[in-house]
Amino acid sequence: MGAALTVRGVTKSFATPEGGEVHALKDVDLDVEDGSFTVLLGPSGCGKTTLLRCVAGLETPDSGEIMLHGERIDQVPVWKRRVNTVFQSYALFPHMTVERNIAFGLEMDGISRKDTIDKVNEALQMVRLDGLGGRKPSQLSGGQQQRVALARALAKQPEVLLLDEPLSALDLKLRRGMQLELKRLQRETSITFILVTHDQEEAMAMGDQVAVFDSGEIVQIGAPRDVYLAPRTRFVADFIGEANVLPAQWSGDSISIPGFDDLHRSLIVGSESAGEFVAVRPENVIIEQAESGNGTVIEVLFVGGLLHVEVEVQGSTVSARQSSMVAESGWMPAIGDRVQVGFRAGSVRVVEA
Amino acid sequence: MNMTLRRRPRGTGEALKDFPTFGLVSAAVFAFLYIPLLFVVAYSFNSNRVVTVWKGFSLEWYADVLTNNDIQRALMNSLKVASVATALSVILALGLAIGLLRMARSGSTFAWALIGAPLIIPEIVFAIGTLAFFVQIQMPLGIGAITLAHTAFCIPFALLPIRARLRSVDLSVYEAAADLGANEWRIFRRITLPLLAPGIVAGALLAFIISLDDFIVSYFLAGPGGTTLPVYIFGMIRNAITPGVNALSSLLLLASILIVFISYVITRRKR
Repeated sequence: MGAALTVRGVTKSFATPEGGEVHALKDVDLDVEDGSFTVLLGPSGCGKTTLLRCVAGLETPDSGEIMLHGERIDQVPVWKRRVNTVFQSYALFPHMTVERNIAFGLEMDGISRKDTIDKVNEALQMVRLDGLGGRKPSQLSGGQQQRVALARALAKQPEVLLLDEPLSALDLKLRRGMQLELKRLQRETSITFILVTHDQEEAMAMGDQVAVFDSGEIVQIGAPRDVYLAPRTRFVADFIGEANVLPAQWSGDSISIPGFDDLHRSLIVGSESAGEFVAVRPENVIIEQAESGNGTVIEVLFVGGLLHVEVEVQGSTVSARQSSMVAESGWMPAIGDRVQVGFRAGSVRVVEA
Repeated sequence: MNMTLRRRPRGTGEALKDFPTFGLVSAAVFAFLYIPLLFVVAYSFNSNRVVTVWKGFSLEWYADVLTNNDIQRALMNSLKVASVATALSVILALGLAIGLLRMARSGSTFAWALIGAPLIIPEIVFAIGTLAFFVQIQMPLGIGAITLAHTAFCIPFALLPIRARLRSVDLSVYEAAADLGANEWRIFRRITLPLLAPGIVAGALLAFIISLDDFIVSYFLAGPGGTTLPVYIFGMIRNAITPGVNALSSLLLLASILIVFISYVITRRKR
């Protein structure tokens, strides 16, 4: 499989109304495999949407190159690019029926009337809206409008489909359903999908590849599992899932974390990087009742089948999470208890600031 | 239970409704607005040549007015001016509205204020200014000059509904059209124009009425052969208010009401 999309050194700045400058994209590189599902993840204002808009042609990069199947497209006008976008607001044409909306892009390509009708029906079927083709967008629910927007973009069989926070306007239940639906559509059409989201769970659930953005840069890219298990920076560890990020210092072959015993290099992962912080997932924190322990319990919460315990260790708060079943069998932590806090072997990861 | 319900304190709105004076004021306002109009319409059917003395029902003044060559000529002048001024002002307003949409925020706010200003500039000032300007550039007065001036002051009126419509459309709709393969011209024809249609129609009708019943500017710029209907009516009443003037005014009123009604129906249906 080749590269569907290649982004090299793309930079984009915007002038702010106050006369300043915002660097939305700083020298961004990205490779997207043909037929894959890539998720651009990051908080709002991190540049992920700007990159998507540069690929779509709705923004022009200040510098850098964007290649679609090896062909440079960054100077090609929007309407000539073989990529299509599903907009966050859906951007359906309010004066056209669902069918006319979907047919619009096909008509622009000069596709014959008969083929257009076939493709429109096919697209409607694909998003399970058969029979609603005659309605106006205003007569549809939010979820249905979302499907029309998808059908409209997919009907053109783009080389890459761009989705700009497509699910953010839907309620939680509908969103879960649409996530599965999008995965299915991507598999069935084998069109390359690039989706922008700020929801890390969504990114984890959907992406073959997740690119994490922070202030205009891609700070880490990889399979969701790899990014989750091996965050490279403090930001990624914090943003994806939950993490205890603690200050740490190298001294010779071991690392010292205030309040904890020094850990030898061999017990730490990611130790090749010269980071100043360590990250530990709450599920890898072990707490035991101990009068002479290093921490004090400050909060205990039951969340579903899990027990969330917050422990204070030398000024830092450490979150631990364990199955409440474990607690049932013996000791049950309570606020004020003295505890010994430790980490599961191989779970402490050095991260960059 | 009933007791407590009845004793519930009344809202301010209800208390105001019970206050009889406001009902009287409303009635007075309506009377003030519409009695002069009713007078004009009623006496247009009066068979007496003396306007203020009712004699009997008659349509003779309508027949009179409709067969009067001078009135017909003035009416044609008015319609010509209004049609051309409407068409030109709507086209210019449309271009302006779309152009300003692309302008930076701060700049466009100022531009909008500048465009809206003629709405509050005294018409007499505009008329004198236009006259002075046309004389300065040696533009001959008459129907052409009137049309140009009408075009100018109709622009803000045509612009208002177009702008309101333009603002109600999500900008990403245009981006979506471009994304789906439409170039600028196709976006304009397939998306912008249909979406703005109700605003354009409303703006055109508004401009048409404003032009049709303008007196001051037309009077200043009339020149030879440039007599529009309002200017002609003014000429008629210089001697005396005749039943013919009433009939003509009633017809003008009817035309205005029809246009406003059409505009209302169109903007309502499209929403």
